[in-house]
Amino acid sequence: MQTSEQRLDQTFMALADPTRRAILARLALGEATVTELAEPFNISQPAISKHLKILERAKLIAVGQDAQRRPRRLVAQPLAEANAWIERYREAWEASYERLDGLLEELQRTPSRKPKKK
Amino acid sequence: MTFFEKAHVTMPSDSSVKVERSFKAPRELVYKAYTTPELVKRWCLGPPGWEMPVCEMDVRVGGKYRWRWRSTDGKQEFGFHGEYKEVSPPSKLVNSEVFDPGNVGGEMGKGALITVEFIEDKGVTTMVSTMDFGTKEARDAAVATGMTDGMEQGYQRLDNVFANR
Repeated sequence: MQTSEQRLDQTFMALADPTRRAILARLALGEATVTELAEPFNISQPAISKHLKILERAKLIAVGQDAQRRPRRLVAQPLAEANAWIERYREAWEASYERLDGLLEELQRTPSRKPKKK
Repeated sequence: MTFFEKAHVTMPSDSSVKVERSFKAPRELVYKAYTTPELVKRWCLGPPGWEMPVCEMDVRVGGKYRWRWRSTDGKQEFGFHGEYKEVSPPSKLVNSEVFDPGNVGGEMGKGALITVEFIEDKGVTTMVSTMDFGTKEARDAAVATGMTDGMEQGYQRLDNVFANR
């Protein structure tokens, strides 16, 4: 059993590659076979398979029902978890920044002491 | 230049986090709000429920700063301190940062290098903060530290506060 932290590590590791992110973006539109996934990329099928293995290990994708075609499909849960984690961090910053919005507005309303907007 | 209406968080490398946010103000003003202690104390508070009793900043190369936050119920405290490495008003600021976990927990770590750039385009200033923690583990720990219990309670009040702004 993995801890949620190990799971996040694996999710982020899997996401740290542009080809793998592109594969996930493609799978967000619907399931696809390995051949279909390899098509838009200028890389070999073994290279794609390696990326798929990493995504599978991170449980970001799974193999679909069809035993013949073995299509891959997106698994949303780990992505949602990773997203929630970053989202809370983001909100902490956003809270400060929204206050800064207000302060900047106030400073610009009192032009006597501040340079005016160009 | 993209207009970041809300804070935009990305991870440009394994050891770093980048936060981008745009403000409707000239960068001289944004820089001033970022480097003047009396102004920093008014906005740099994170989620509601925190105040900043210590905000000392000697903004020049080699100068030190010390920031400390305390929850308004007085129960929790943490801070940052470090040294300014590059001071180029109004466009760039680089400083080291050491996290002092106070009593909220988290790792002291080796510290981070913070680069803040102020990019102005048509009267809008985008602040780009890049924080490099040296290792992936340290970065993940730092991002996770923004999620202490005290802060969590604070989030729930977030909406009310901004509704009244």
